[in-house]
Amino acid sequence: MALTPVITAHWDEPDCFTVDGYKKVGGYRAIKKALKMDPDDVINIIKDSGLRGRGGAGFPTGMKWSFVPQNDGHPHYLTVNGDESEPGACKDIPIMMANPQALIEGIIITCWAIRAEHAFVYIRGEVPEPIRRMHAAVADAEAHGFLGENILGSGMNLKLTVTSGAGAYICGEETALLDSLEGRRGQPRLKPPFPAVAGLYSAPTVINNVETITSVPYIIENGVSWYRSMGTDKSPGFKVWAVSGHVNRPGIYEAPLGITMGELLDYAGGIRDGHELKFWLPGGSSVPLLLQDHLDTPMTYEDIAAAGSMLGTGTPMLFDDTTSVVKAITRWLEFYKHESCGKCTPCREGTAWITGSLERFQEGVGRSEDIEGLVELSNHILGRSFCALGDAAATPYEPALKAFRSEFEAARHQPVDEAFPPAATMIIPPETANLAGAAT
Amino acid sequence: MAISEQVRAECRQLMDRYPQDRSALVPMLHLLQSEQGMVTAEGLELCAELLDLSTAEVRAVATFYTMYRLRSQGGEHHIGVCVNTACGLLGGDAIFDALSKRLSVSNGEVTADGRFTLERIECQAACTHSPVVTVDWEYFDQMDIDKMMDVIDKLEAGEEVVATRGPAVRGWRAAEKTIAGIDDGLGYKSDAIDSLMLAGLNQAKERGETAPDPKDF
Ligand SMILES: Cc1cc2nc3c(=O)[nH]c(=O)nc-3n(C[C@H](O)[C@H](O)[C@H](O)COP(=O)(O)O)c2cc1C
Ligand code: SF4
Ligand code: FES
Repeated sequence: MALTPVITAHWDEPDCFTVDGYKKVGGYRAIKKALKMDPDDVINIIKDSGLRGRGGAGFPTGMKWSFVPQNDGHPHYLTVNGDESEPGACKDIPIMMANPQALIEGIIITCWAIRAEHAFVYIRGEVPEPIRRMHAAVADAEAHGFLGENILGSGMNLKLTVTSGAGAYICGEETALLDSLEGRRGQPRLKPPFPAVAGLYSAPTVINNVETITSVPYIIENGVSWYRSMGTDKSPGFKVWAVSGHVNRPGIYEAPLGITMGELLDYAGGIRDGHELKFWLPGGSSVPLLLQDHLDTPMTYEDIAAAGSMLGTGTPMLFDDTTSVVKAITRWLEFYKHESCGKCTPCREGTAWITGSLERFQEGVGRSEDIEGLVELSNHILGRSFCALGDAAATPYEPALKAFRSEFEAARHQPVDEAFPPAATMIIPPETANLAGAAT
Repeated sequence: MAISEQVRAECRQLMDRYPQDRSALVPMLHLLQSEQGMVTAEGLELCAELLDLSTAEVRAVATFYTMYRLRSQGGEHHIGVCVNTACGLLGGDAIFDALSKRLSVSNGEVTADGRFTLERIECQAACTHSPVVTVDWEYFDQMDIDKMMDVIDKLEAGEEVVATRGPAVRGWRAAEKTIAGIDDGLGYKSDAIDSLMLAGLNQAKERGETAPDPKDF
């Protein structure tokens, strides 16, 4: 399947992120169309396009917008989720750095559709470069009259605020994000009510991922049948794939949904020379790992689910035969344990237990009863925790055990660093002397 | 050290960006941390005063987020080494160990001379560029031990060090001000797009692959 650069099509132009640069390549034409349309018609176009949320869950975007009660006399808000902190996910930050104007145009169109006059882009705190670029891009768009009062004579007013977090993965969960944006500890809220009914300041609020909203102007400009000519019926359109791990050419590749991992891997130059693929994850650490057998599975929400995983953020990580699966998933569990917000017991306690057991395997003193026990423990967390972070933490172990049971068996007696020397997994192995020095 | 009128004015500027003042709290704490090198009791009190909250309410928020330092001053430069799986196993673990040895500090500590804070950090949304290190939270992509030793040499000598995607580093406190959302004038100046972000586009051009032509629909 061919590459189809849309969002990324002009990233090699030196001014692609400015209003002038974006206009040169057709930018800010879609809002002229949209602002002449009835807002409900804009929602219907996005519904018909089949665009699905790129934040991980794949929820239909037009449907989400239609849940906002209209003409209810309350202010409405749009909050763009730029928290991107899921291990493996690395597409939204590049989009904000390279194509912030398409994101802003998408925000204007979305706010027109949902009748919002104030929008926010919430960016994780640890990334000053996209933060300063988004601020500059907003100032640029304001100076050109695309934000502010009576935009392009349409009567629409829109204020756009760029805001930042302060180091908490859980603030990517949409209701925790809203609490953080209200100046509170970022902990998930009970749903219902859903944000579309009672979100920011208890007002109707749409929360969408950066890539989702950036896709909107291209759909409005080029039409539903153009959009649907890419991808599948249930997973239409183009997608920004960020390929990482032991591949020869890691990076950003834009192609339709339905491309296979095998095809993407070809573009990415294959697994690094002299090695073979061991396992891969289609979209972040919160989805079950897949194997070589799944390289021909189309990367759609439905096909990846049928293969036993989830498309997630669509940012595949691939690991070669030098990688200890025990060590890989231990690192992810340590992350979930660290990032658990502590609100509910299954996740707070469960992540600590799983991590403790996995760390014992990593050290070569794994307990044999834990081999099955961790499956049971994971199942106690799955579906019983307050938000999807708990589910994510319960996900990695079982598929890893199923595919690589012997590694867990061996790790009852042998530290994984002995079975899988760390230097072999590194892409730029340090000098032996350095490594010996560093280990002390 | 008293908080200047200018910083108070900047706090109010942040508050003006939101329908409700309290929404400015997370950025405001970054700003005060930038001003004072940590979140001080005085900083918490100022937030409470401006936002009409109790100091305890502000402290409860500040302690939730890992980027705020409440106990001690941060170093002049913050060095973050990503040790999540895609970076840690591909080289980040070894980079962290080497830096830890060179700077004689462990995770979260500041060097005795106050120049560096060293921290193991989580996925920095740059796994395509692994192993990733951050200096004052700017991206230093595809790092190895030698390259990082060179960065530390230069920082110690007071020489300019430019991020791989981003500007020359300006110190942790200056970065905290940018993160707070106060304009640093660099938004359009730095080079944030690199060859890895263009990997697909370049290949599409070589192979003559494009998205469908909208005129055909
Ligand atoms: C722990 C956790 C972290 C999340 N982090 C993000 C994130 O960084 N970015 C994002 O867009 N969605 C994230 N999500 C998903 C959001 O809750 C939400 O579904 C999404 O922003 C909706 O946007 P979409 O419909 O456009 O995908 C996260 C969910 C959970 C449970
Ligand atoms: S599942 Fe974890 S992160 Fe989510 S609310 Fe419960 S403790 Fe917090
Ligand atoms: S794992 Fe290091 S940037 Fe993602």
